[in-house]
Amino acid sequence: MPNMSLTKNPMPAQAPDVRNKNFLEVATGYTEDMAVDEAQRCLNCKNRPCMTGCPVAVKIPEFLALVAERKFEEAYEKITETNALPAVCGRVCPQEKQCESKCVRGIKGEPVGIGRVERFVADYHLQHGKDKAVEVKKNGKSVAVVGSGPSGLTAAGDLVKMGYDVTIFEAFHTAGGVLMYGIPEFRLPKNIVQKEIDKLKSLGVKIETNTIIGKTLMVDELLEQFDAVFVGTGAGLPSFLRIEGEALNGVYSANEFLTRINLMKGYKFPEYDTPVYCGKNVAVFGGGNVAMDAARCAKRLGAENVYIVYRRGKEELPARKEEVEHAEEEGIQFKLLENPTKFIGDENGWLKGVELLSMELGEPDASGRRKPVEIKGSEHVLDIDTAVIAIGQTPNPLIKKTTEGLDTNAKGCIIADEKGATSKAYVYAGGDAVTGAATVILAMGAGKTAAAAIDEKLQNK
Amino acid sequence: MSYKIVRKEDLNPQVFLMEIEAPLVAKKAEPGQFVILRIDEFGERVPFTVSDFDREKGTVTIIIQAVGKTTKDLAAMKAGESILDFAGPLGMPTPLDHIKKVAIIGGGLGTAIAYPQAKKLKSLGADVTVITGFRNKELIILEDEMKAVSNKLIITTDDGSNGLQGFVTDRLKEEIEAGEKFDEVIAIGPLVMMRAVCRVTEQYNIPTTVSMNPVMIDGTGMCGGCRVIVGGETKFACVDGPDFDGHKIDWDAALKRSQMFKPYEKRSCEEGRCRITGKEHCNA
Repeated sequence: MPNMSLTKNPMPAQAPDVRNKNFLEVATGYTEDMAVDEAQRCLNCKNRPCMTGCPVAVKIPEFLALVAERKFEEAYEKITETNALPAVCGRVCPQEKQCESKCVRGIKGEPVGIGRVERFVADYHLQHGKDKAVEVKKNGKSVAVVGSGPSGLTAAGDLVKMGYDVTIFEAFHTAGGVLMYGIPEFRLPKNIVQKEIDKLKSLGVKIETNTIIGKTLMVDELLEQFDAVFVGTGAGLPSFLRIEGEALNGVYSANEFLTRINLMKGYKFPEYDTPVYCGKNVAVFGGGNVAMDAARCAKRLGAENVYIVYRRGKEELPARKEEVEHAEEEGIQFKLLENPTKFIGDENGWLKGVELLSMELGEPDASGRRKPVEIKGSEHVLDIDTAVIAIGQTPNPLIKKTTEGLDTNAKGCIIADEKGATSKAYVYAGGDAVTGAATVILAMGAGKTAAAAIDEKLQNK
Repeated sequence: MSYKIVRKEDLNPQVFLMEIEAPLVAKKAEPGQFVILRIDEFGERVPFTVSDFDREKGTVTIIIQAVGKTTKDLAAMKAGESILDFAGPLGMPTPLDHIKKVAIIGGGLGTAIAYPQAKKLKSLGADVTVITGFRNKELIILEDEMKAVSNKLIITTDDGSNGLQGFVTDRLKEEIEAGEKFDEVIAIGPLVMMRAVCRVTEQYNIPTTVSMNPVMIDGTGMCGGCRVIVGGETKFACVDGPDFDGHKIDWDAALKRSQMFKPYEKRSCEEGRCRITGKEHCNA
């Protein structure tokens, strides 16, 4: 008999006024009993609607059934049949837009907390489980993976299990891509990411850090050494607002602010050498997950007032619902329907304010969201000493510029078909490098699809 | 992976050279490009312009002035030891092929970065005048090296202790006034020196390339911290530069931006412990 409770087991979490002063993980995770209780809410539908909402097609009802029987290790194996990074997905997937949005239990009441149970299973395995030595017969072929973010790690994991010799090339000194430099410790602990990466290494994936493809080595050089190349270089180029005063001291791209904090551990300065300047009044521009991350980091660094400045309304915020709620609980102030027009500096070149223009919502635009329209004469100044611009990223042009025959679109995204094949033979691509900034799980899905396509192509070579 | 220091040499009391084993970087490096290194797990990512490279030996040479936390930590390291991370070559190589007659200006440590440009231009058959400036005689570096790659070498000191008193701009003006027709000036050194050179060359309409070295993290266009305003447009020194048309740089903005992390640099030196020697701080 399933558990017919209409609500999810709540996620245990640090209290808001405690956690907004530390970088420890906000959500502390289900206990065994909570996970079992939540898994028992699954009706085990025959047509499995939840799975259609998962970009990597995790066998959700099966793993939930195993959790309900307290077979946690078996549940882990079931998840990892299709998902190489469950501890990551359980934490950062927008489940409310994916698997959980399709859950039948969500019609009346809350859907099953699939993400929370997935996270429990992955954490249980990291603590208690042993990775079984997998015997893979090598097929004598090799693939180079460029970038070690979600799409690259997924493609590498799948390919190595198929018998390919896989080498990942990473520009930074640490593998993990956005999981390491972008998403903060309190949302995705770095030791969790590191363990997932170590698991891939134990499967035989080689990782070459400090290697910038397009500078240190070229894609054409990789094609001389490898049978195929997968490009999963993400969307690393920050967009700026292109308004007056953007070069003032105190104005950051979200990439810089978050990289200083997460990858370089600037929040532990001077134990770590990289500093991060954060003032008392901080405005973060943008409404996505990156904006929420930056705002919550600023609060933890001791800022008194942290604002999210977004030009549309609350309903239009593209961030995960949970991130918005967490940000509000932690005291982040939302300045909605406001658009910056210029930064104002003092005589020494330091930021001291931003001029904002109020907006109202008009007709829906191409994205289907109501378009913000300026209210004339509504200019006003907000006093700030730090600004973080989180209005999106586009793909880094390094590979495009140095690889002949690799077509990109007007936005600089690599053009790839639905299987990840690009205009250049034996070069595949996926993730944000193809779509522009999106989510971890979509990038993982693309890595998975491309791995299958590479396998198909190389088998017939 | 780590990168071995195969040679370390003091050039003056503050400046030293490190030749580092990094075959892939050595294979691709060109004058004007830079590397980013990180000493250890706790280290910051710091850019250093490539001063020389040996493709056959697979080594890259950088020249370092011990002024901040990382550079002082590096000063405490010895040949045979290794640094954890060394990535490159980054940035665009300086376009040099079109130049027939050039004045290369190096201010202090900038001389180290100007050296590969002079070397390459000399090998391409250009007429190379090198003007280097230092505060005093004790701080002069790369004298023999520069002599070997130039048609004319002028070394000037602020205090005149080497027998020639004045700034690099004084010497440059003298050369131009004496009738030397440079088709380009390459100026590398502190921001104020590069700005001063540009003010001179503007009067004579001589195209001038400068090398910007702002704070950066990744060096691949990702953080945007190295923003430089050139001709009214925002450029990233790491991918669009580090060389730019000196007559188009917004020097005022560049000077102000260079101050952003100054208080932290001081704190890092004062409170941070040297992880190489274990000493309180690295004012060695």
